[in-house]
Amino acid sequence: MWDYSDKVKEHFFNPKNAGAVADANATGEVGSISCGDALRLTLKVDDDTEVILEAGFQTFGCGSAIASSSVLTEMIIGKTIDEALQVTNQDIAAQLEGLPPEKMHCSVMGREALQAAIANYRGEVWKDDHEEGALICKCFAIDAVMIEEMVWANKLRTVEDVTNFTKAGGGCASCHEDIEAILEKVLAEKGEKFDPGAAPVAQPEKIAAVKTPLTNLQRIKKIEEVLESLRPALMADGGDVELVEVIGNTAYVKMTGACNGCQMAAMTIAGIQQRLMEVMGEFIKVVPATEMAKLTNIEVA
Amino acid sequence: MVDIYLDNNATTKVDHEVVDAMIPYFLEQYGNPSSIHKFADGVARGLKQARQQVQALIGCEHDSEIIFTSCGTESNSTALLSAIKAQPNKKEIITTTVEHAAILNLCDYLEKEGYTIHRLPVDKAGRLNLESYKKLLSDQVAIVSVMWANNETGTIFPVAEMAELANAAGVMFHTDAVQAVGKIPMMLQDTKIDMLSLSGHKLHAPKGIGVLYLRRGTRYRPLLRGGHQERGRRAGTENTASIVGLGKACELALRYIEYENTTVKELRDRLEKGITESIPHCFVTGDLYNRLPNTTDIAFEYIEGESILMLLNKAGIAASSGSACTSGSLEPSHVMRAMDIPYTAAHGTIRFSFSRYNTMYEVEEVLKVMPSIVKTLRKLSPYWEGDAPVANPEQAFAPTYA
Repeated sequence: MWDYSDKVKEHFFNPKNAGAVADANATGEVGSISCGDALRLTLKVDDDTEVILEAGFQTFGCGSAIASSSVLTEMIIGKTIDEALQVTNQDIAAQLEGLPPEKMHCSVMGREALQAAIANYRGEVWKDDHEEGALICKCFAIDAVMIEEMVWANKLRTVEDVTNFTKAGGGCASCHEDIEAILEKVLAEKGEKFDPGAAPVAQPEKIAAVKTPLTNLQRIKKIEEVLESLRPALMADGGDVELVEVIGNTAYVKMTGACNGCQMAAMTIAGIQQRLMEVMGEFIKVVPATEMAKLTNIEVA
Repeated sequence: MVDIYLDNNATTKVDHEVVDAMIPYFLEQYGNPSSIHKFADGVARGLKQARQQVQALIGCEHDSEIIFTSCGTESNSTALLSAIKAQPNKKEIITTTVEHAAILNLCDYLEKEGYTIHRLPVDKAGRLNLESYKKLLSDQVAIVSVMWANNETGTIFPVAEMAELANAAGVMFHTDAVQAVGKIPMMLQDTKIDMLSLSGHKLHAPKGIGVLYLRRGTRYRPLLRGGHQERGRRAGTENTASIVGLGKACELALRYIEYENTTVKELRDRLEKGITESIPHCFVTGDLYNRLPNTTDIAFEYIEGESILMLLNKAGIAASSGSACTSGSLEPSHVMRAMDIPYTAAHGTIRFSFSRYNTMYEVEEVLKVMPSIVKTLRKLSPYWEGDAPVANPEQAFAPTYA
């Protein structure tokens, strides 16, 4: 069974705002019956203030689909529709204290139902702009469609390329066979052959590895430099990282944005630690800043 | 609250007698069976006895036809890969669309390697068409692999008849019988089945032990080469305690096989009847007249399986589902798709699978909670209104597909 957070269970076992709103003036229906999820969101919007007075959901789906729908209604009631549109799928996931990577699409469905309902209120037609494929990389929740598109768009040739451009395959590495299969397929469509030994299309910016022992100041500067180089990838996913403190060989970081509340944050932290150790040539432990409060000999700023 | 385990097609509890039989092989007779000192002198005898206990359950002619492996999957891989290695000129394999992943994913892989895979379709009741099967048999086919009974619906395939047909065409026949062994009486020596896979943990033996039955004279190439264990047909030090445990489990399975087909079947039938009578818009999938005595797979329309399982789990009841979400894939069970069960029902399938440990009291407990679980979820469903599905559900709710 999935490792659902208590919050997911709470919303699943006692859903809020279940059922259709009686005199709704906005309806959004999204989903994918083939993958077992579909959601109808009904809203009652005050025509003068554009405030969402009531929201109700009807969901055909799994535990996290029902929980995502339920928490979404709670999050948007009382907001204006413009404010409500600011709610991202990461916000929904964070409100649920995280979702397993395989289940992040449930939060996406919630966000899409909201967009569809507001489009319906405004008399517009909502169009979905993304397609979902089979989940390939479970560490970073990257699906087949995403990888295929990146391989096409960036003329990727190797698993390393795919990892550099999408992060897929950069964690536990057990999906490398599946990534190779995608490369074989796309390259065959382009009339090319997959060669695992091909040179990478684009080298990610490399920071020179340190050879000599570091002073604490040098260490902090170097850590900042590495974090800076990783920042674009994190921000591409709507997240960010901030260095809070360095004590000895332990770096305390704060994960923000989409990284905050994502169950994959631990994986991301492990990835940062790996990169830091590669560059600095010494053992570095990366710890979430929230753990710092547990240390009694540190005064928290 | 009592805990009720109705997921025995997934795995079973190890029988106490099995555990008792195994313990001396951890603590006293822990020697390597190849050694000649007193820590090992009883082990060979233990293995011999286990081989005979397996032989008795599946009714094969010789105990040397039993090869111990690590699991059903290893047995399946060994069988198929042996057949193609031993007959390098034959480039076709016949199987079905509803096999276990242990066969299907291996066949997908072999397809990429250049093999032609014929996947026999099934009808809405999960049955095969033997006429189309006959047409596919030729001297190009290396092996036919057809499961004896389906793990999701319990539907039984006519493997004895299919093996006769294959044999007449000079084609090797393998059956994945992990769900059937111990539930269906079998006498392999009277059939033309060349290879059969079974798995210990489906019949109250531990996980990590399996058997490949290999008919004497069948051309064979080992998957694992190395030491002389299993007469050189499966190298690797024997998992002695588990082999002894599997032997004991087979002895018990033979003793209880009638019980499985009478008392256990009654439990299944009572649950199935109780559910279909008390809950509207649900139906049993598979071949109702030809299936395992312990399995029922029921589709609850307009709701989703993982949600049902979560509510069942809260009530202390363990079962499983063919919904996409329980596996992390995007598609519902390939077995349901192969039977052309509509998506709105396929996602709501729940499999209840019994063992000799279940009781009628447990069945009544499930019947007490099931109607309200379904009702709760239907109240949330966009396909449902009041006490019935909305009129024309597919039109009334037509979401934008992502």
